[in-house]
Amino acid sequence: MDYSIKIGGEAGQGIQTIGEGLGRIFARSGYHVFSHQDYESRVRGGHNFYQLRFANHPLAASRQNMDILVALDRESITRHGQELTPKGRVIYDAAALDFSSDDPAFLAIPFEKLAQEQGGSKIMANTVATGAVLGMLGLDLDLLLKLIAALFHKKGDAVVEANRNAARAGYQFAREHGDGVSFEVAAAEGQQRLLIGGIEAIGLGALASGCTFYAAYPMTPSTGILNFLASKGKEYGVMVEQAEDEIAAINMALGASYAGLRAMTGTSGGGFALMAEGLSLAGMTETPIVIAMGQRPGPATGLPTRTEQGDLGFLLTAGHGEFPRVILAPGTAEQAFYLTNKAFELAEKYQIPVFLLFDTYLGDSQWTYDGLDLKQVSYHDYRLRGEAFGEQQDYKRYALTDSGISPLGVPGDAAHLVVVDSDEHDEEGHIIEDNATRNQMVEKRLFRKLPLIKGEMAPPKLYGEQEPRVVLVGWGSTYGVMKEAVDALAESEKIAMLHFSEIFPLPEMAPFDYRAFLDQVPLAVCIELNATGQFSRLLRAETGFEFKAVIHKYDGRPFTVEELIGEIHGHLKDI
Amino acid sequence: MVTLKTFSGPQPAWCPGCGNFAILNTFKEVMVELKLEPHQFTVVSGIGQAAKLPHYTKCNTFNGLHGRALPVATGIRLANPAMPVIVTTGDGDCYGEGGNHLLAAMRRNINVKLFVHNNQIYGLTKGQPSPTSDEGTRAKNVPGGVISQPLNPMALGVALDCGFVARSFAADMEHLKEMMKEAMSHQGLALLDILQPCITFNKVNTYKWYRERVYHLEPDYDPEDRLSAFAKALEWGERIPIGVIYRNSRPAYEEHVPVLAGGSLVQQAFDPAKIEATLQDFY
Ligand SMILES: Cc1ncc(C[n+]2csc(CCOP(=O)(O)OP(=O)(O)O)c2C)c(N)n1
Ligand SMILES: [Mg+2]
Repeated sequence: MDYSIKIGGEAGQGIQTIGEGLGRIFARSGYHVFSHQDYESRVRGGHNFYQLRFANHPLAASRQNMDILVALDRESITRHGQELTPKGRVIYDAAALDFSSDDPAFLAIPFEKLAQEQGGSKIMANTVATGAVLGMLGLDLDLLLKLIAALFHKKGDAVVEANRNAARAGYQFAREHGDGVSFEVAAAEGQQRLLIGGIEAIGLGALASGCTFYAAYPMTPSTGILNFLASKGKEYGVMVEQAEDEIAAINMALGASYAGLRAMTGTSGGGFALMAEGLSLAGMTETPIVIAMGQRPGPATGLPTRTEQGDLGFLLTAGHGEFPRVILAPGTAEQAFYLTNKAFELAEKYQIPVFLLFDTYLGDSQWTYDGLDLKQVSYHDYRLRGEAFGEQQDYKRYALTDSGISPLGVPGDAAHLVVVDSDEHDEEGHIIEDNATRNQMVEKRLFRKLPLIKGEMAPPKLYGEQEPRVVLVGWGSTYGVMKEAVDALAESEKIAMLHFSEIFPLPEMAPFDYRAFLDQVPLAVCIELNATGQFSRLLRAETGFEFKAVIHKYDGRPFTVEELIGEIHGHLKDI
Repeated sequence: MVTLKTFSGPQPAWCPGCGNFAILNTFKEVMVELKLEPHQFTVVSGIGQAAKLPHYTKCNTFNGLHGRALPVATGIRLANPAMPVIVTTGDGDCYGEGGNHLLAAMRRNINVKLFVHNNQIYGLTKGQPSPTSDEGTRAKNVPGGVISQPLNPMALGVALDCGFVARSFAADMEHLKEMMKEAMSHQGLALLDILQPCITFNKVNTYKWYRERVYHLEPDYDPEDRLSAFAKALEWGERIPIGVIYRNSRPAYEEHVPVLAGGSLVQQAFDPAKIEATLQDFY
């Protein structure tokens, strides 16, 4: 059992409301869910869709074909009508779309008319449609009725009741008119599951790590973090500030971090370009900071709402001068949660900038889990505060140490002065010009820290066959689709996935020598959502390994499982 | 006990006779009079001759990037509103490179003391015109003279309803001290533009030039009347007023922020237990 549903329509028609509602209901029923979104950079009109999949086994990506297409506009039918599975059905409102079809796969449901009759307003057409989908699937309507109460209780009982009636009407219509149409959905095998999106996972990871400062300037796909943290600000004591521009955002975060808070900023490529000087400032002043960098296709404004893995190369070298940095690139919401925590720990432990590199696809997609394990979350306060700070003899912010890590005091907590400087400085933090001190400081903040930081990076994850003939190599958000491709091809091929989520500095070869592993596999394919193979270049530069086969996609859309499998078949001929 | 000695630092790398020396000495006197110890406040600066000031005394210091002192200062204030924050900056640093931050800081009314060493020139980079250079100012890179009109920081402050807008003159140390003290006690963004002769690169706006023009605001001048303040702010040229041009009692940004109602976030302990409850929202 494995069902896919696509809701298509114009921006502003509420496809997200339907998608999110269904996702929540499937997750609460105990199914595994995966969803992703595809939308244009506009507030009204155009064509957008929301795609959900549910099953009794874990899901990690979207399929090409769907079982139910909810068409809220005619374009949904022209664009996605061919994507139906053999038993697939389209539900649509003939009057609203001014369109009808005799094709038995098409079921006309008067969403707006039913909404008007039950709730007195066309607005509830989405509730009718959600009820209708549940009706076609023969699932329990109860969860939707409960969800409606939770969503609308602030608007009063009348609104709740009207929406419930609209849901019932859609449900019943689908049950009565959908003969031979409904699906044999197996009962859910699990308990109620946690459903979480990439953006929320980053926000939650930040909260769980004690982040109390977030400054940002709005930019897709990072704006969701700003909204999420703002919604929790009061409860968690998080200062959330919309900065006047990205330059201000990173400098504010550095100011807050200097003052003693765990601070973060978030942006996308264009905004990060403005932050580059601030990144370098973090490097020179050794001020901890976490930067959530959500990639979207460039150059320049590019495709603002779409996805790409096109900024890895930029992050590797961004900021003038030489200083250590870490880049973490989660492949799922779960990884995003734990890696956000790791980002905060590393940033503060080593007093460096740490990137959480994601993309629109990861940010907008949702996954289900049994739960998130808070025992795996670490929290160490690496700052010197209060009495412990006061007891320091002869405090120097940039004291030369064996590890390169100098004591990070909280200004004002003791009589010691905390002096930091973007100029080259001495141990106390004051401007210098002499070459001996310069050499000592480069040695301290760069060379001594680098091997320690490298030792913190986790090895790539090997999934599937342990001695494969084919290995799919990737990083970040392609995790799910590569994993599903491996599962699908495993019957006929000795295949595995090697996924990197801790990508810079690349992990050491002990305990897992991935270079030697790659050398032994007859066909290693590097899969990236960019045009030039930025990760394969990094791997070659750092390990000398050169990929003979690559799959690149740069149309701004993620891979579907079928699409990736098709591409892989093209390479299988070569071994 | 804080004394002037408490604040003594290394010999500044400024040109002998620079107006910055008077500003530095006055700054130290003010800190002594306010009985602030060096660790009890933070000086944030950008890049320029003015921005080097914190290195020549004793204080918590964040000497950041050219033009970016205000956002760093804002971040510190939003993290720890118990920490007084002073920005020492130049006319290029503050009015040029950091222009957008100045607009935002005035709109926010963040409680930061903004001391602008205004020498009407880029000193550190050896004499290019700054946003406050008068029309016609000649320099190596503009041999034909500056075409743009100068920025008027006083008028800008009044226009944006900045809570405290004042001007002083580096060579009038008694006046400067009064202005710095008033700025320090103001609860909101306090802009103090300090006319600072640059003896090396500004051969027009010299000590003499300023002395001939500068006058103290009349005792009956009312800085709370915004319209007359605007008229006063426009005075420049033959006569240059110094003193508090404009002030209002808008509450500082920090006072409006609900998250800061309990005081400094730096002193709040982290309680990871709440996450368990938030996780439930995702089921
Ligand atoms: C991003 C950046 N651009 C340019 C510079 C070079 N620069 C340093 S100070 C300065 C101008 C300083 O003028 P001002 O702020 O008036 O300070 P002054 O030296 O006159 O006190 C410039 C252009 C820099 N350090 N960083
Ligand atoms: Mg200047």
